[in-house]
Amino acid sequence: MAQLLTVSASPHLHTKRTVAGCMRHVTIALLPAAACALYFFGIGALIVIATSIAACAATEYCINRWMLRRPSTLADGSAILTGLLLAFNLPSNLPVWAVIIGSVVAIGIGKMAFGGLGCNIWNPALVGRVFLLISFPVQMTSWPLPLVNRGEYFDAATGATTLGILKLGEADPASIDTVANAVGSVGGSLGEVSAIALLIGFIYLLCMKVITWHIPVAIFGTVALFTLCIGGDPIVELLSGGLMLGACFMATDYVTSPMSKKGMLVFGIMIGLITVIIRRWGAYPEGVSFAILLMNGFVPLIDRYIKPRKFGERGAKS
Amino acid sequence: MSHTFHKGGVHPPENKITASSHITEVELPREVIVTFSQHIGAMAVCCRTKGEHVKRGDLIAKASGFVSANVHTPISGTVTRIDKWKTAFGYTADTVTIVAADDDHASDTAYIADGEATRTQEEVAALSDKEIVGIIDDAGIVGLGGAAFPTKVKLSPPPGVKVDMLLINGVECEPYLTNDHALMLAAPEKILAGIKLLMRAAGTDRAVIGIERNKDNAIRLLESLTADEPSISVEALDVKYPQGGEKQLIEAVTGREVPSGALPISTGVIVQNVATAYAVYEAVYLGKPLIERIITVTGPSVKRPGNYRVPIGMNMAALVNIAGGVPADTGKIILGGPMMGRAVVSLDAPTIKGISGILMLPDSEAHRDAVQPCIRCAACVDACPMGLEPYLLATLSRRQMWDEAESGKIMNCIECGCCSYSCPSARPILDYIRLGKTTVGGIIRTRQPKQ
Repeated sequence: MAQLLTVSASPHLHTKRTVAGCMRHVTIALLPAAACALYFFGIGALIVIATSIAACAATEYCINRWMLRRPSTLADGSAILTGLLLAFNLPSNLPVWAVIIGSVVAIGIGKMAFGGLGCNIWNPALVGRVFLLISFPVQMTSWPLPLVNRGEYFDAATGATTLGILKLGEADPASIDTVANAVGSVGGSLGEVSAIALLIGFIYLLCMKVITWHIPVAIFGTVALFTLCIGGDPIVELLSGGLMLGACFMATDYVTSPMSKKGMLVFGIMIGLITVIIRRWGAYPEGVSFAILLMNGFVPLIDRYIKPRKFGERGAKS
Repeated sequence: MSHTFHKGGVHPPENKITASSHITEVELPREVIVTFSQHIGAMAVCCRTKGEHVKRGDLIAKASGFVSANVHTPISGTVTRIDKWKTAFGYTADTVTIVAADDDHASDTAYIADGEATRTQEEVAALSDKEIVGIIDDAGIVGLGGAAFPTKVKLSPPPGVKVDMLLINGVECEPYLTNDHALMLAAPEKILAGIKLLMRAAGTDRAVIGIERNKDNAIRLLESLTADEPSISVEALDVKYPQGGEKQLIEAVTGREVPSGALPISTGVIVQNVATAYAVYEAVYLGKPLIERIITVTGPSVKRPGNYRVPIGMNMAALVNIAGGVPADTGKIILGGPMMGRAVVSLDAPTIKGISGILMLPDSEAHRDAVQPCIRCAACVDACPMGLEPYLLATLSRRQMWDEAESGKIMNCIECGCCSYSCPSARPILDYIRLGKTTVGGIIRTRQPKQ
């Protein structure tokens, strides 16, 4: 026996699953919605997505290289995913400088300021989006019309979102075209419009066992029930705005969601409630991002008080 | 319908390379080193002197205390050394070296070839329950699933506990290992005879044999043999690690949960391994103490992987040589299975009762991945069969927050390794938890007055 042996504590086997692999699965799951964004909004969507991904990756690289002085973490794929998710939350005619500011805030303040991947309390992409929404409300709420002027970036014709129309009371909820809403042929942030494409991605994530059903289903159920109780149309509420994107891809972010299944349900129910409250009674037509960020802040508390049931605590049966 | 334990668990690749290989008899070695600390509990005490001649099966060291076990010699020969020896795990233990002369070797080999029952069916039937426990105690039988807990201790339930089931563990949930599987195929009648003896010793009239569905032939064989035995049944279980864990197996078969902090016997179930049942058969019918066991020698590059019947005390390197030697690409040698077994630096040590397998992994599988930050994916929480929060316990241990770790039930951890296995960031979760368990266990012991 000439060879030197490795000695380490058990287990000696390890899953094939990696952090980069998880991020890759989520990115793949977002591709159908990205394709819809390109189809509906054309060149503008492409520019915003490309800028956002590049700016997020560059921000993370620079902070690691010159501020934290540690090896690059780009290989884990999380910065690219944040860039893609941030772009999905922006209108397709947002100026490049605004996209870059949003990316720097998302990665710099939302993620790296807390210590990088795994340490942040709030979802970085939503931190970037809400920062932009509050700082540049005009640019952030001019929604290009789908399928119109797809070759244009700045001069695209704009209109209102489904939720905006409802908020102003300009339309009867019954007149909303459910099919257009589901397919995504409506105004809105570039990645949130197609509920069907997002659901395909959600099902992919479930099949790949990247996420579990608990958070999205809790959000959907709560929004539908609560809307029904206050006399709204649950289908319109579910298909409109950022709900589908937020429930399937933003609220399910590992880092900023609870660890236990029971905690996930509580987290989802609260997001659903806050979303409907903001949509109905708040100043903004849309409330998903605020609801998720608010509940992100409660995650440490949820994890502290809602624990998985331990084996052997069922009460002694004889 | 799924039939397994309900909380957590993982599905590592099974890699049961030796599943179809029969038991290979290993020729008796000319020298054995018998270790006195082969079980959980107090080390046995030597009862031989240097130069003394012993026969195969003779007592070499006596149990010292209730939780301890006798140790016997697997070969006849002369005691040449009584000294301390480094075990495979790196600890030092008292040992006796026995060297067989030519005529010792010849008489042992002839004796094994004859192999006749020393007790008839009638004699066995006439034994009292106490006498059976006594024979098991004398034979030095310990749990052969890996923990090597003295069997007679498990058969002596604390007062007030009513045992209503004997649960026979044929799960073998560790990847690679097939020693129990091979034994179930080779000697099912003897295992059943051992189970009946254990039922008498435990004072119960019901036994269930739990086997995972990846051992279909063993399930069918034992089902057909127990078809007209109303008191013994076979339970086919879905494959999931760590189903062979005592608490998980009890829950999978009976639905009862061992209360946190209590012994498994508090559920009224005694769990024994199939190989232990076989050893009980041999002790009672053949008068043969625990001097042999089946060891799976395996690995992706091993030349002749197989299940070997090995005299306990035989040098492990000699055993591996029979299986074709240590492959050139070996990077890690594990005693036991890959999930809970222990990596060793050298094979130059004697086999002991608790070693169920020798696994040689190639260098490419021997290393851990680089540790990345925890992304709070909750894979460890989902995988933990004890319902704990491994990520939290690991962090608490790392930060030396022992009180919090204790209230997080760190002592409930069974060290199955599901958390570290499932972590996409390759974090050494179980390493930290073990550190925490050791410290918290020490704190608890200082708190309680000695009884």
